[in-house]
Amino acid sequence: MTDAKNEILRVEGLKKYFGSSGAVLHAVDDVNFSINEGATLGVVGESGCGKSTMGRTILRLHEPTEGKVFFKGENIVDYDKKQMKALRKEMQIIFQDPFASLNPRMSISETIIEPLIIQGVYDKKDKAGLQKRVRELMDLVGLAERLINTYPHELDGGRRQRIGIARALALNPKFIVCDEPVSALDVSIQAQILNLMQDLQDELGLTYMFITHDLSVVKHFANDIAVMYLGQLVEKAPAELLFKNPLHPYTKALLSAIPVPDPDYKMERILLQGEITSPINPEPGCRFAKRCPLATAECSGQDLVLREVEPEHFVTCRLVQ
Amino acid sequence: MKELLKVKDLVIHYQTDDGLVEALNGVSLSIGEGETLGLVGETGAGKTTLAKGIMRLIPNPPGKIKEGEIFYDGKDLLALGDIEMQDIRGGHISMIFQDPMTSLNPVMTVGDQIMEVIQKHNNISKQEAYQKAGEMLELVGIVKERANDYPHQFSGGMKQRVIIAIALACNPKLLIADEPTTALDVTIQAQVLEMINRLKKKLNTSMLLITHDLGVVAQNCDHVAIIYAGEIVEYGDLQQVFKNTQHPYTEGLFGSIPSLAANVKRLQPVEGLMPDPTDLPEGCKFHTRCKYVQDICKKNVPPLIDIGEGHLVRCVRCQKQ
Amino acid sequence: MANLEKTASEQNSNISTKKQRSLWQEAWRRFKKNKLAMAGMGFIMFLIVIAIGTIIVDLVTNKSFYDAYVIKLDLRNRLEPPSSAHIFGLDEFGRDMFLRMIWAIRYSLFMGTIAIVISTIVGGVLGAVAGFYGKLTDNVIMRFMDILLAIPSMLLAIAIVAAMGTSITNVLIAIAISYVPTFARTVRASVLTIKDQEFIEAARAVGASDTRIIFKYIIPNSLAPIIVQATLGVAGAILSIAGLSFLGLGIQPPTPEWGAMLSNARTYIRDAWHITVIPGMGIMLTILAINVVGDGLRDALDPRLKS
Repeated sequence: MTDAKNEILRVEGLKKYFGSSGAVLHAVDDVNFSINEGATLGVVGESGCGKSTMGRTILRLHEPTEGKVFFKGENIVDYDKKQMKALRKEMQIIFQDPFASLNPRMSISETIIEPLIIQGVYDKKDKAGLQKRVRELMDLVGLAERLINTYPHELDGGRRQRIGIARALALNPKFIVCDEPVSALDVSIQAQILNLMQDLQDELGLTYMFITHDLSVVKHFANDIAVMYLGQLVEKAPAELLFKNPLHPYTKALLSAIPVPDPDYKMERILLQGEITSPINPEPGCRFAKRCPLATAECSGQDLVLREVEPEHFVTCRLVQ
Repeated sequence: MKELLKVKDLVIHYQTDDGLVEALNGVSLSIGEGETLGLVGETGAGKTTLAKGIMRLIPNPPGKIKEGEIFYDGKDLLALGDIEMQDIRGGHISMIFQDPMTSLNPVMTVGDQIMEVIQKHNNISKQEAYQKAGEMLELVGIVKERANDYPHQFSGGMKQRVIIAIALACNPKLLIADEPTTALDVTIQAQVLEMINRLKKKLNTSMLLITHDLGVVAQNCDHVAIIYAGEIVEYGDLQQVFKNTQHPYTEGLFGSIPSLAANVKRLQPVEGLMPDPTDLPEGCKFHTRCKYVQDICKKNVPPLIDIGEGHLVRCVRCQKQ
Repeated sequence: MANLEKTASEQNSNISTKKQRSLWQEAWRRFKKNKLAMAGMGFIMFLIVIAIGTIIVDLVTNKSFYDAYVIKLDLRNRLEPPSSAHIFGLDEFGRDMFLRMIWAIRYSLFMGTIAIVISTIVGGVLGAVAGFYGKLTDNVIMRFMDILLAIPSMLLAIAIVAAMGTSITNVLIAIAISYVPTFARTVRASVLTIKDQEFIEAARAVGASDTRIIFKYIIPNSLAPIIVQATLGVAGAILSIAGLSFLGLGIQPPTPEWGAMLSNARTYIRDAWHITVIPGMGIMLTILAINVVGDGLRDALDPRLKS
């Protein structure tokens, strides 16, 4: 799909199923994509579509059921425990809930120090070195130095999220999975964190996989956007192209459902019927067919794959020419 | 338009371990018959306190309505006895809460839960109540056969519909919706809002819609009030507030939303954080975050001034004009 | 770069500078507000001080004080009611009730505590392992706990003591074993809730090992319910010790022990009220105090009260 030279991550046929015989939950079902170094891929989908599971499976926080994940050209699915631990320095994750993702019994400095000690970057006894690095990181994410000994419960959501970001950055990673990092925050704080993440990307050359349910959040941020529905990518395109010319009926509905903060803006809503169907033992065919306003009998029966309909614009829907 | 609800100078404080929380500091607003007022603010701004205050559901202790008056249909709600108030709640004023997962009783069928409200406020037989409960379900787009199902058998969006059915079961004149769609996905949010709007028109209900999402307000409300640190900082109709934004906080809120329409590369958020409600700043409560701050802002609380045709703004910059 | 955000957050963050307390300090601050719990705590502290005092007396006098006063018989004045000379009166063998009461504290309080400490550690480790690893490990451990739970704990303790002989150590072991399943369950339940939290996943994402996760993340976070359970457990253990002694399987005469004292006194309940009421009150007040403290701890440690 893209220039293989500066490609940092490639995912091939990634599957993650939960449960065994009988009811198998297809959380991630045959996903393929790649991300270039320094770029941002936005992954958009509704709750239960498997986007978080996908992020965690790529980091092998969940073991993939099938498929390959190439990081800098190496298939990390084959890595053993030791190799995996070393790799963690390069791939990190920022979580959605800034409260649940911090250990309530650890102060800010303890939280940020944790990865440095675990990975042996600093010696546990090198107090001065550790303190210096913690201060550096706190400065980087905009946390005032005097908060260094505070505990998560004393801080507001925005600050907690900054700690989470500092922890992720502690090991100088190249690639960060951002799992809805702003959706638990207030609007004004949300914007502050988004700007911060953008600045960090520019400064440190980070690559993001930005998972979100809110299309508008990734619009000005992502280079490419992938839309996910029931474990599969249904559309993938450069951000601007996707907003200008959405092709998949689900993407269209998703875009039209976002309330626009302008009283004069009257968009025609495409109201979907029903809700996301069950990912347990899905029938072959288009997963969206049951809610799709355009679905015909031919939509079910055969699994669909992403195909390129215009340069860099991939979509699964068979009705798109 | 006849005035249905009038809140005058409402002050609500909570006495907590950490000190006196000044949740609401003199809020006045009114809602006409059939009108929808959007109340926009961030976490801790006092949105929910206001809603609970109107319903007289402020737990005492620690909460206390210090000052102010609430008139519903000419009746002073604060002067009513507990029994009379119970009659108002559910019968005249209903409330929808944010989290559909926890607002339903898990061990009662949804039909029984709707019937409970109906029987409490109307003197009708069980048969008739059951009939009515079925009708209410149909009204919110759920087949009446599902009245015998328990909440866990419904999805999030469906539960929120059930909650709306309960809220509307006794034809209340005023509906207070506290972030009714925040916990839902965008496509489901679109369905639910569309339905609320349709029912509101049909039943001529007034609504106080509490949200943090300016997009939701733009698409659903007649008037909008922006609340910050327990005070209304800007009030007006949609055109006034969205097209002729005056208060710096409102401006910041708009700058924080990643817009789908405009092509912004960087967000312009409000700097800083919400002040600690136990330790609010002197003078204008927004002055610590305001980019137009002057010396006078630090001393005097600016009054809410009408800058023309009912567009109210609490800012010294408007005073001069 | 991030300067904009930084200055902004620094300006307004005078809020959090004033309080930099760990959750434990915060819990203690809440606990102190609870008058009843503080009173219970005071009473227990008082008992501990007295008990330690009696131990020191024994050590210093090489038990000669104990022999001369605590277990000395004075059959002529037996069952004498409380007076200024003997504020709790004399028992059925004419021994001073007051001295016997305070000499007995160590068996109830300290043995109860030790028994619970043992079962907390054993049960805690079993529960943590079961909860953390799940699947077969969980099944094996928890089914074994279920079997233990299926036997009434008092009967189990009686059986153990009967089989191994009556000695202080055996009583301790018996009581410790009978409390293991309760702690295993408590710990397992809290491990299960904590295990799925995102901060555990965050630790994994930076490469933390299982051991590190258990000791640095799971245990510190599940300590609160364990502390509450253990405190309340001490009360139960004291009752069990008293119960075993009452049945003649615990502490043997002439060593003073509240349960045994109560048991021996019950024949004289019509003639001398004080020798049954006083040890009874001792047991009751101690249990009450511990339970009040336990409740206070629960309120103070419950994170749900904290926003």
